Amino acid sequence: MKEIVIISGKGGTGKTSITASFAVLGGNNAVVADCDVDAADMHLLMQPDFDFSEDFYSGELATIDANNCIRCNKCAKVCRFGAISIRSMQYVIDPLSCEGCGYCARVCPTEAITNKNRLAGKWYISNIKTGSIMVHARLGIGADNSGKLVAKVKNEARDIAFEERKDIILVDGSPGVGCPVVSSLSGANFVVLVTEPSVSGLHDLKRVYELVKKFKIKAGCIINKSDVNPKKRDEIVGFLAEENIVHLADLPYDENFTSAMTQGQTIVEYDQNSIKTLLTSSWERIKQLVINQNHNR
Amino acid sequence: MTNSPARIAIASGKGGTGKTTLATNLAAYIAEQEEVVLVDLDVEEPNSGLFFKGDLIHEESNFKMIPQWDEPKCTFCGLCQKVCNFHAVLQLGPTILVFPELCHSCYACSELCPTDALPMISKRTGKLSDFRINNLHFVESRLDVGEEQAVPTISKTKQYSNENYAHLRIEIYDCPPGTSCPVIEATKNADFVILITEPTPFGLHDLTLAIETMRTLKKPMGVVVNRYGIGNDAVIDYCQKENITILAKIPNSRRIAELYSSGKLIYQEIPEVKELLSNILDYCLKASKGDIE
Amino acid sequence: MKIAFTAKGTVWDSMMDPRFGRTMFIVLYDDESRTLTSFDNGVVENEAHGAGTATAQKIFELSPDVLITGNGPGSHAVQALKQMNMRIFAEAHDMTIKQAFEKYKKGELKEI
Ligand code: SF4
Ligand code: SF4
Ligand code: SF4
Ligand code: SF4
Repeated sequence: MKEIVIISGKGGTGKTSITASFAVLGGNNAVVADCDVDAADMHLLMQPDFDFSEDFYSGELATIDANNCIRCNKCAKVCRFGAISIRSMQYVIDPLSCEGCGYCARVCPTEAITNKNRLAGKWYISNIKTGSIMVHARLGIGADNSGKLVAKVKNEARDIAFEERKDIILVDGSPGVGCPVVSSLSGANFVVLVTEPSVSGLHDLKRVYELVKKFKIKAGCIINKSDVNPKKRDEIVGFLAEENIVHLADLPYDENFTSAMTQGQTIVEYDQNSIKTLLTSSWERIKQLVINQNHNR
Repeated sequence: MTNSPARIAIASGKGGTGKTTLATNLAAYIAEQEEVVLVDLDVEEPNSGLFFKGDLIHEESNFKMIPQWDEPKCTFCGLCQKVCNFHAVLQLGPTILVFPELCHSCYACSELCPTDALPMISKRTGKLSDFRINNLHFVESRLDVGEEQAVPTISKTKQYSNENYAHLRIEIYDCPPGTSCPVIEATKNADFVILITEPTPFGLHDLTLAIETMRTLKKPMGVVVNRYGIGNDAVIDYCQKENITILAKIPNSRRIAELYSSGKLIYQEIPEVKELLSNILDYCLKASKGDIE
Repeated sequence: MKIAFTAKGTVWDSMMDPRFGRTMFIVLYDDESRTLTSFDNGVVENEAHGAGTATAQKIFELSPDVLITGNGPGSHAVQALKQMNMRIFAEAHDMTIKQAFEKYKKGELKEI
């Protein structure tokens, strides 16, 4: 079982469209995990049936039972997050400000405050059009993207891949360089970096690759919209060579990505020409690299 | 209220939709007429600065408060470890270990410690920089590597701008992407929120989440459609149905993509975009004064 | 000597859990009594924050001589584990506890 994670540092590089294309190319042998939980979009291209869904809880949230409150003000005094206020003569906690530290409950003389698990989103298991299975999620509004939901999605995908004897887990990774990406990368066998030739593209690529290096995961890179800025493209290629990252493909700027998307399709289903060929050969290359890695062990 | 600047926050459900492009272009456009401040609140990956080369006029460290173990005072009662909901303080035999990056600065361990053995001290979490390019002030904060909590830094950065630029007419916030807690913090005290999206199924999906988020905050908002012409009209139809003003449609063009990729300001090269910015600005100013809605 | 494993189950044939902080179980092998004991780490697995340090705390209480895990603990957990006199071996994923133990005995695991 091999885990391939696609990341891009920042959004808008076509990461999700490319991951979805690989999911189609991987067919029913690839379990898909959408770990971009703060802006989960991949399901829009996968025709998921939302076969199973479950609430996701993370962290805590304090609430005050007005019946037991003697209005001593102790809780409001200790809360460092300004979450407790008095509204129409009652002490109340603003869920968006509450950090779930639990301090208020510890000082309340009448045990009027309880800490509950905080509803932070939902996660799903779906059958998808590739004949395989996808695990995806939706982070709740204002929730803390601590990486726990990402870990949950990945872990479920692993269990499914194991039970169903699938060879590949394809992960649409989270953006940024914080906890969610760390969770996306943990345990991966190969990383595909998707970037574009712009000032910020190279900057983000370098930052996120620092992280990949720490995990010592072999990486490849796809440069999307490579023809938009040939000079920057060359700079990226230089960086790849320096860091020994496999340069998987240059994809031209192509509005078919969007046209495919509006049909609910991936580019490899929609476009029968250059992009499809490029992505197909990238996918074969990735599989090869992942398998070779196995031999080296 | 009347004398403080109009705070315009630019956000999007997802990164890469043109948020930073809009923020930088709008700020630079305003700066042609008057002083303005652009605040990059995407503190995990501040990117706006890549588009400006200005003079650094001020720099300071950002701090947070964390407990520090005062060994001789400790009686090893174990309370600190028990009260920390974030596992940021551990008692390992005869040692108390504090993990600064995990600490949320709630003060519980420090104030509940029976012997005052965990006084709070300040710890650097990152750096705030303030640049100036003629009329344009540009403030950004950058978290140190390993520091995970964006929210306190966002709040601090806003505070810096609010204190130092209260005399200006307009403050622009470039917000972090998504709908999680950093966005809430970034948009919380904005007078008007511009949501930027692309007219694609992904764009529509992310926009609906962003709108839902701004509605829970009860923020007046408008939508800018970027790369108009690709995709379909679903975003436009949705906004009409939901009664949300479309502030502008920035046309799709390869030329814009090229200008962006080389870090250039778009409106300076494309007059049409300049006009769109002027419309956006007019609307935002009216709306943040409460003249609309 | 006591050896701790991060695992997805509680028997020799259970798969190793590659994660440290959010491991499902901690399995302890005592080579004197030749017994396997397991500790459910589910409570920690559900923590939003500080799973690594919380698990390190548990390991501390079990005080094994050797820890065998998958990806390797995160930097916070390593810092906590360093307080103990314990050798840590990583990169034991995609295998059962038994296989990980064999690899350890042959000296094929990477020490942190
Ligand atoms: S749990 Fe913490 S943040 Fe929430 S209300 Fe209580 S003291 Fe404030
Ligand atoms: S500490 Fe308890 S009793 Fe006192 S005001 Fe708060 S909730 Fe009420
Ligand atoms: S609460 Fe204070 S006295 Fe008790 S173990 Fe912690 S630091 Fe030591
Ligand atoms: S201040 Fe709060 S979060 Fe920080 S270590 Fe103490 S109890 Fe934990």
